[in-house]
Parts: sequence; structure tokens; C-alpha cells
Amino acid sequence: MSRAGVAVEGVTGAPRGPSGWWKGWPLLPALAFLLLLFVYPVGQLLWLSVVDRSGALTGQHFARLFASSLYVDVLLITLKISAWATAFALLGGYPVAYLLATSDARWRSRLTFWVLLPFWTSFLVRAFAWMVLLGRNGALNKLLEATGLTNAPVAVIFNLTGVLIGMTHALMPLGILTMVAVMEHIDANLPKAAATLGARGGQTFWRIYFPLSLPGVAAAGLLVFISAVGFFIIPALLGGRRETMITQIIIEQVQDLMNWAFAGAISVLLLVTALVVFYLYDRALGMSTLASGTPALDRRGGGRENLISRLSAWAGGRLIAILGWLCDRAAEVTERLVPARPDRPARPWARGVLVIASLLILAFLAVPAFFMVPVSFTTSGFIDWPPQGFSLKWYRAYLESPQWMAATVRSVGVGVVSATLAMLIGVPAAFALARREFAGKTGALALILSPLVIPRMIIAVALFYLYARIGLVGTSLGLVLGHAVLAIPFVVVTVMAVLKNYDERLDQAASSLGANRARTLYHVTLPLIRGGLVAAFLFAFVTSFDELTIALFVTGGLTTTLPKQMWDDALLKVSPVLAAVSTVLIVFVAVTISLAERLRQGAARA
Amino acid sequence: MVALAGADLELRAGEFLTLLGPSGSGKTTLLMIVAGLIQPDGGEVSIDGRLATYAPPFKRDVGMVFQNYALFPHLSVGENIAFPLRMRRVPEATIQQEVRRILEVVRLPDVGGRLPRALSGGQQQRIALARCMVYKPSIILMDEPLGALDKKLRDQMQLEIKQLHAELRITVLYVTHDQEEAMIMSDRICLMRDGHIEQIGTPDELYFQPRTRFAAEFLGESNVLVCEVVGVEASRVVVTTAGVRLRAPQDARLRDARRVALMVRPERLAIQDAPTAGPGPEPHNRLEGHLRQVIRVSGITKYYVGLDSGQMIVASTLTGDAKTVATPGARVGLTWPPDAGILLPETARTER
Repeated sequence: MSRAGVAVEGVTGAPRGPSGWWKGWPLLPALAFLLLLFVYPVGQLLWLSVVDRSGALTGQHFARLFASSLYVDVLLITLKISAWATAFALLGGYPVAYLLATSDARWRSRLTFWVLLPFWTSFLVRAFAWMVLLGRNGALNKLLEATGLTNAPVAVIFNLTGVLIGMTHALMPLGILTMVAVMEHIDANLPKAAATLGARGGQTFWRIYFPLSLPGVAAAGLLVFISAVGFFIIPALLGGRRETMITQIIIEQVQDLMNWAFAGAISVLLLVTALVVFYLYDRALGMSTLASGTPALDRRGGGRENLISRLSAWAGGRLIAILGWLCDRAAEVTERLVPARPDRPARPWARGVLVIASLLILAFLAVPAFFMVPVSFTTSGFIDWPPQGFSLKWYRAYLESPQWMAATVRSVGVGVVSATLAMLIGVPAAFALARREFAGKTGALALILSPLVIPRMIIAVALFYLYARIGLVGTSLGLVLGHAVLAIPFVVVTVMAVLKNYDERLDQAASSLGANRARTLYHVTLPLIRGGLVAAFLFAFVTSFDELTIALFVTGGLTTTLPKQMWDDALLKVSPVLAAVSTVLIVFVAVTISLAERLRQGAARA
Repeated sequence: MVALAGADLELRAGEFLTLLGPSGSGKTTLLMIVAGLIQPDGGEVSIDGRLATYAPPFKRDVGMVFQNYALFPHLSVGENIAFPLRMRRVPEATIQQEVRRILEVVRLPDVGGRLPRALSGGQQQRIALARCMVYKPSIILMDEPLGALDKKLRDQMQLEIKQLHAELRITVLYVTHDQEEAMIMSDRICLMRDGHIEQIGTPDELYFQPRTRFAAEFLGESNVLVCEVVGVEASRVVVTTAGVRLRAPQDARLRDARRVALMVRPERLAIQDAPTAGPGPEPHNRLEGHLRQVIRVSGITKYYVGLDSGQMIVASTLTGDAKTVATPGARVGLTWPPDAGILLPETARTER
């Protein structure tokens, strides 16, 4: 009889301490790719801003930046618009997120669809939708005039109002999804416990739920604000001259003036702005709240103690107490007017108000896109409300235009190839980051995620400068590589999240049953995370398919992509062809989301 | 779906009453209805004499300890305990005083400034209890509060909660699926099954006078033999099972029953390796079979005996008294005095 020998010799997987960097080898392709196509070009662009033509160090570009108040003003306007848009997106998004997080699974998935639809719909399509709605002859003005509220068209486009409506609309889905992610983790027993302890609805919400949801609000605020600072589509299409934002200036410098160095200097300004925002966020709330997704308010229990955090904690505490008190007084007064009866079921009127408000906000998010649909069938030659007659001529125009068709085919092709590339590079990296411990892991993760943090415009300009010298401008390859840079962080984050929930004991079981590493991966791991992989691929595909910033510079003429073609068309004149193309895109997105959702549910059932 | 079919229950002030039952029996639903966290489709709830069927939880003057404690993670332990007092607009000085006092009561005087997650499971449990007791609600509801603790800590907390209950004279409605826990802690146990009350009574009543097979089998170990009624003889019911005549005490409920279930607790069975008649004025009941297995659970030794009918019967004795030398496979006799048996309705389900 043989005895099972147990030789404990460097037990793999047991207490894992950081070990050599070589254990992170699956990360190498990702790191090499990003160093070459992200770090190097961005570094070069920033370097350009501090050297003159001869290559000597100079401060001339920055001197010019601050010589007049012009660029500082643009920066201030950018910050102002971003701050307002962020505030509106959070205010409007919070009730919707709250409703989503506290609804049962069936309602949640139904409602989430109406957040995901605008989330995945191109910014361009949504900007067009607002042009249809808000224009001088748009649906809103027609409605106002028909009801007799106004005699003349109200100016709600090409000014601050238009930009804020457009940006709030553009950013709110991101805010909602970020907040829901945190709210989902709030223990549903806590509000119940507060109620049994004697707290009314208002106190329960303000003293318990709201503070616990704050990390989500803060994370959403940060992501929304950083995205807002980098916007150019909405201000360009819905704003006037006075709503010019900083990325528009960069485009102008690169496209019209070919002034790389100055574009680099403005990029530095943009980057510094973003970093300052991150720094302030970290000081006030701690960056960990961004990643963990769980409420971590170490206000009393040691942790981060500095003036900003202490002050905000104190002020927040006071404010919350006052809000809770106000809500309760209001509830008491209502109760005195309409006494509650213990022998009859109470009407959940607060919930009713929440549902109605949330549905209105969801309508604000989802409905504008649908105004494109009737317009796309108009017989008239320009976008007008209400659309006249019914014809398919704009669809025919789209389908028969070699330019539009080439752009569509190219977008799909570039999307598939760049998503595949991002998966090939990103999935091994995600496995290594999720499952292994090695020296330099944090740094590697930071590098892989940084394309999400650096404003996209900077990456685009940097790649343009690189491509211009190696002849990749106007090529599909250049586009694929650039889109892969943007898509890799999404792939890594998505796959890491899936692996985090994956029970590694299943792999151990497989290997104890005699499967080698490759067979374990192929027969056990991959089938189980297939849903997550498909989601990552779709994420990467849509990132590329919808991408305009890089395409703006490195495409043109016959090598254009769909978003670029739409952008060029929109700047020239807004024709109903755009409405037709937008309708096609909305349908495409709706079908994709439904498919992804079905896949996800299928995976959950298995 | 009906979670609760019919459940009339009255708690006396200062009583420790446990809702006991398997999962899905409706015990938590009943607790939630009392707390006001679930609205009933019908029926009435009165707390402290006042009708509260549809009153919101914050007006009920109840305290509730949740299974996962539901301590507010962003508030310190002290603020957690102060919360119900703040909601009642108690003056600040009193609040501080009360928080200190109750922390003494649960013997954690120094943790007021810490966050809940810095405490161990048992400590969190005590804080959850303190948070309920500090405002002296007319009733404290506990939903499997010890479910998340390991066995040793659970045993200790059972005694602690029992002690606090005795000292502070609080009224407790307690939910558990653990029959041992219910037996240890309760003044009365309300055994629930499929949304109705199976039996309600003191732990002794439930153990010694179960009214149904379900009650007999849920609390403690039991042997149940399905029997035919033969007749009544000297105020004993005579029954037969697999051809063996057995005697059992009379039960008015079963006067007309043809088939009954005879229940005997394992500790009332004596195991004998020699087939002799039992002593005493009245002949003991006797069954025979083969000893299948002997298991020692520390102080108790259990004998599993396969009857000739195929049914398995368990007998238990204190390990110190285990004089039997029978080895598995040997033929043994099981005897018990007739008044150790209890006759129950034969059906597994209660007639309703």
C-alpha cells in the first residue's frame, strides 16, 4: 500500500506574499503596448510644450498660455460648465440610482435598460437629438408656441442652457451607474433597523442611507466631472462662442494651426486640472472609496485625518442632522393634517413621489433620442418639427452613399479588430492582476488604468503627433491601435471584476481531478466567465465604435469612421441623413444591450 | 403565497417567548409583522394594549436585533446606541449618561468611540442588544441573533441574553430554528410550521407533552411507532405494532382513533442484552431487535437498534451508566414503563 506523501515545499497558492516581478509576465504585452502607444506619445507631447524648435528648454508656450486672459478664461468656463453639469447629473441621478438600488431584481433590470440605452448611445447622436428638440424650430419651441406659453422662439440652444442640458443628459447615466454600484452594497436591514429604533423616513434617509451612499456620490462626481472637463462634442454642437471648452481649443490648435507645442501646453493645463481634482478628491474622501465600492467612511476610527476631511465631516454631519429634522417636521405636520390610522395599511406616498420623479428623469434621459426617429422619415430637406410626410429617402441616401457606407463598414471593422486586440492583450493582464501577487502590481494596475484618467483629447493629440511621423495617419491600423489603448482598461476592469467573483476552488477541484492548467482554463474557467468576456468584448467594441476623439485627427477623406462622418456632417449642416443614421445606431445599441442582458442572465442562471 | 395562515399569539410582559420552527415556517414573517416591517394582509397586532397593525415601525416602541446586527457602519458604537435616543429627542446630557450606563450593562464600557467593524462578532451582538435596550422598548424582537456566531460563543451569548432578560425584566420575542437554543432560553416556545402555530407552551410542556408528531420530532430526539389500537385495559391504551402488544397512557383526543403514533424518548428506553421481563408493579413494554450501532456523544451513549419490522429505534443512556456489553449484531431487548410513552395522532400532518 502506498502512502500519500505530502512534501510541503513552497506551497503554491497558500499564504501569498509579494514575490518576484516575473510572476506578472502575462502583463508584459499590455505594459509594452501601453508604453509604446500611450506613455511614450503622451510624454512626447508634454515634452514638446517645454522645448522650442531647436530642442532647448523654454517656457515660451506657457508664457503665451498665460499672456492674455483668453486661455485662463476658457479654463474657468470649462470648470464652471463641468461643475454645473456634474451637480445636475448627480442631483437628477441620485433618485434614479436610489430607486434602482432599492427595487426588486425584475424592476431593476427593466429600469436599468433605460439608463443603459442613453449610456451606450453615442454622444453625437444625443447631441443631434437635442438639436432637434431645442432648435429655433425644434419640438420644444413648437410645443411652447402651440400651448401659448410663448410667442417667439425661446433661445435654449447655442448658449449655456443648451450646453448644460446636453452635458447633464450626456453624463447622468455614468453618474447613475456609479452610484448604483455603491448603493447596491448598502445593507437593506440598516434602514429597517433605523425604523424600529424610532427614526421616521426622513431621519432614516438622511442619517443612515445618505451618508452610506456618499462614497458612491463622490465617486460619481469625480468620474462625471473629469469626463465633463474633456468634453467637446456637446459644447461644439449645442453651445455658442462663449461656451468654448478647453478641448475645443486643443482641436483648433492641432487641426487648424498645426501648433503642436502649444497644443501640448494646453494639454498640460488640462492634465494638471484633472490631477488637481483627483488630489482634492483624495484629500477629502480617500481614493480607496473609488476602487472598493463599499462605504468606507473612517471619520472617527483613525484613518485619514486632515483639515479638509474633518471640516467636511463636521459640516456634513450638521447638514444631515438639519435635513433629517426638517423632513421629520414636515412629516409630522402632514400627519397632523391627515392622521395615520393603525388599523389601515399606510399609503407609501414617499415611494410614489420617488417613482414619479425617477420616471420623469428616466424620460429626460431616454426620450430625446426618440425624437430622431420621426425626423428620419421626413420628406423635408432639413431637420424640422413636426416632420413632414413619410419617406425612406434619407435611409436610401444613407445606404446609397459610398461615403457613409465606407464609414460604417470601417467603424464595424475597426471596432471588431481593436476589441479583439484589446481582449488578447487585456485578458491575460486581468488574470495576472486578479490572481497573482508580484512586485510592482499596484504600479502596473495604475499604468493600465491611466488611459481612463488622462483626458482622451491628450491621448488623441499625442497619437496624432506620433502617427504623423511614422506614417500611420489615415490608416485603419493607426485607428485600431489607438482604440485598443482606450479599450484595454475597460477590458481589464471588466474581466478583473468577473474573476473577483469567480470561485477559484473550482479550478483547484479541476486540477485535483486531473486536468492540467490549459485544460482547466479551457473546460472550467473560460466557460464559467464567458458572459463576462462577452461583456468585456462588447464594452471594447462600443468604445471603438463610438470613438470620435482619436478618429478626429487620424482619419479623414476615404478613411473616415461613422462618428467622424457624422461629426463632419453635423458641422457642415444638420441634414435628416443624420437622423436616419442616428436611428440605426439607437436600434443597434438597444439590440446589443438586450442581447448582453440576456447573456448575463443566462450566465447567472447557470 | 401564504406565509402565515393563522397564528394567534399573546406575549405576557416580561416574558421570553421563542418562535421556533424550520426555515419557511413563517417565524420571521411573524416577527417582521410585529416590527411593522411587513404589512399583514389581515389580522391585528397590538403592542402594550394599543392597536398597531399598520402603524409604522417608528411608532411601535419595539426594539429589534437583526441577524447580521444591522449596526450602522458609519457611526461609532456610542452613536449607534445614541441613535434611538436622538430620534426621541432626549437631551444630550441624558443621552451620554444612558449610553455609558448601557455599555456597562453589556460589559463593554470602553468601546463607545470605536466603529462597529472594529469589534468582534460577539461584541457587535452585545452592542446591537444595547442599542435596543437603551430606550426600554415594550418588546425586543430578535431574529436569529446568534446565527452568525460560532458554537462556543453562541453558548456563552445564550446565557448572557438570558441573564440580561432576567435582570432587566424585558419582554423578548425571539426567533430561532435551533431547538436547543429555544429550550435553553425561553419561558415559552411557540413551535411554528407551514405558517401556523403547531404548539405553544413551556419548554417542558413541549418536550414532555408534545401534541403532534411534528412537535415530538422537532424538539429533542424521539422514537415514533405507528400502532393499531386494540382497546383499553386498566386505564391504559393497548396497541399493537408489528404483532407486539404495547401499553400507553390514555389521551382524550384519541378516544376514537383506530391508528395512533406511540412516541418514546430515547432516554426512557432501557436496553437489555438478556431477554428478561422488566421489574415493577406494572409490566414494562418490550420490543426486540438487533443492535446495529453504538455511538458515544461525550456524556451520552446511543444505541441504534433495528427492530424486526425494519424500523430503527434509538435508546440512550448516560455513558457512565452504560453497562451493556452487547456488540453490534447482538439481539437485544428495549423496555420502557407504559407511562413513558405518549400517544399522538398518527398522521404526520396535523388535522386542521
